[in-house]
Amino acid sequence: MHYLCGTFIVCNMVYLTRVEHFNAAHKLYNPGWSRERNEEVFGKCANENWHGHNYELYVTIKGEPDPDTGFLFDAKRLSGIIREHVIEKLDHKNLNIEVDFLLGRMCSTENLVVGIWQQLLPHLPMGVRLHGIKLHETPRIFVEYFGE
Amino acid sequence: MKVGLYMKEVNKKVAVFRREHFNAAHRIFNPAWDDAKNAEVFGKCSNPHYHGHNYELVVKVTGVPDPETGYVMDMKVLSRITKEEVLERFDHRNLNLDTVYFRELNPTAEHIGMVIYDLLRARIDPALELQVRLYETDRNYVEYPA
Repeated sequence: MHYLCGTFIVCNMVYLTRVEHFNAAHKLYNPGWSRERNEEVFGKCANENWHGHNYELYVTIKGEPDPDTGFLFDAKRLSGIIREHVIEKLDHKNLNIEVDFLLGRMCSTENLVVGIWQQLLPHLPMGVRLHGIKLHETPRIFVEYFGE
Repeated sequence: MKVGLYMKEVNKKVAVFRREHFNAAHRIFNPAWDDAKNAEVFGKCSNPHYHGHNYELVVKVTGVPDPETGYVMDMKVLSRITKEEVLERFDHRNLNLDTVYFRELNPTAEHIGMVIYDLLRARIDPALELQVRLYETDRNYVEYPA
């Protein structure tokens, strides 16, 4: 909704972020390479027996607040959608072998965030625009994806 | 004057803390039970394909500051010992498969904390008290000794 405020057009674009978390095992290992090459490129992340992380997932949608509710979108419903279509598939799982949308892909945080975007997009209601996803692999390493 | 005041506090204990982190895969699993019983008790934590965590470790050392250095313990030394004893063994590892400690022992946060304590205790001056706090997630953590 746009309205005139004095002589200026005021936009009410608001960004709403829901934070969820999951933990999982993975390894960075390219099956097309030798073990030596994997260790050279991925270091200890290539450990064949896996390692793991607590992932923090930030999902940001954008839009203008509904005049009746004041909500951009019900944050609880957003949480429900994220949990059903993303967290259920990832939490306490082995990302390399148990997650359908990652099969055949390298389990980097970069690929994971793109996969999460593709999982979520079809399940968001009309009018809810997905703006960005931020995914922390550790407190000091995170990636962002904006659907570009 | 202030320095002299503190120097007199010869028997006052101070706690110093060093924080480190590592990440690892694990599975909560009691080998004496069958898969169904493990799944019933431990739920998704018993996933046979493992899951993982970013562990945060806080090492607490308590003692009287040395009158000459002012240190309870040199933090660089504490950091080095923690890296050698804990991080080199556990970081980016599968706790069940890649370490000797959890072949029989279930790698719960409780047990990991106890193992870490024993590893560090052997390297730290017996005159100093030691306690470890281990975060498995932001909201789940253990302390040992209790």
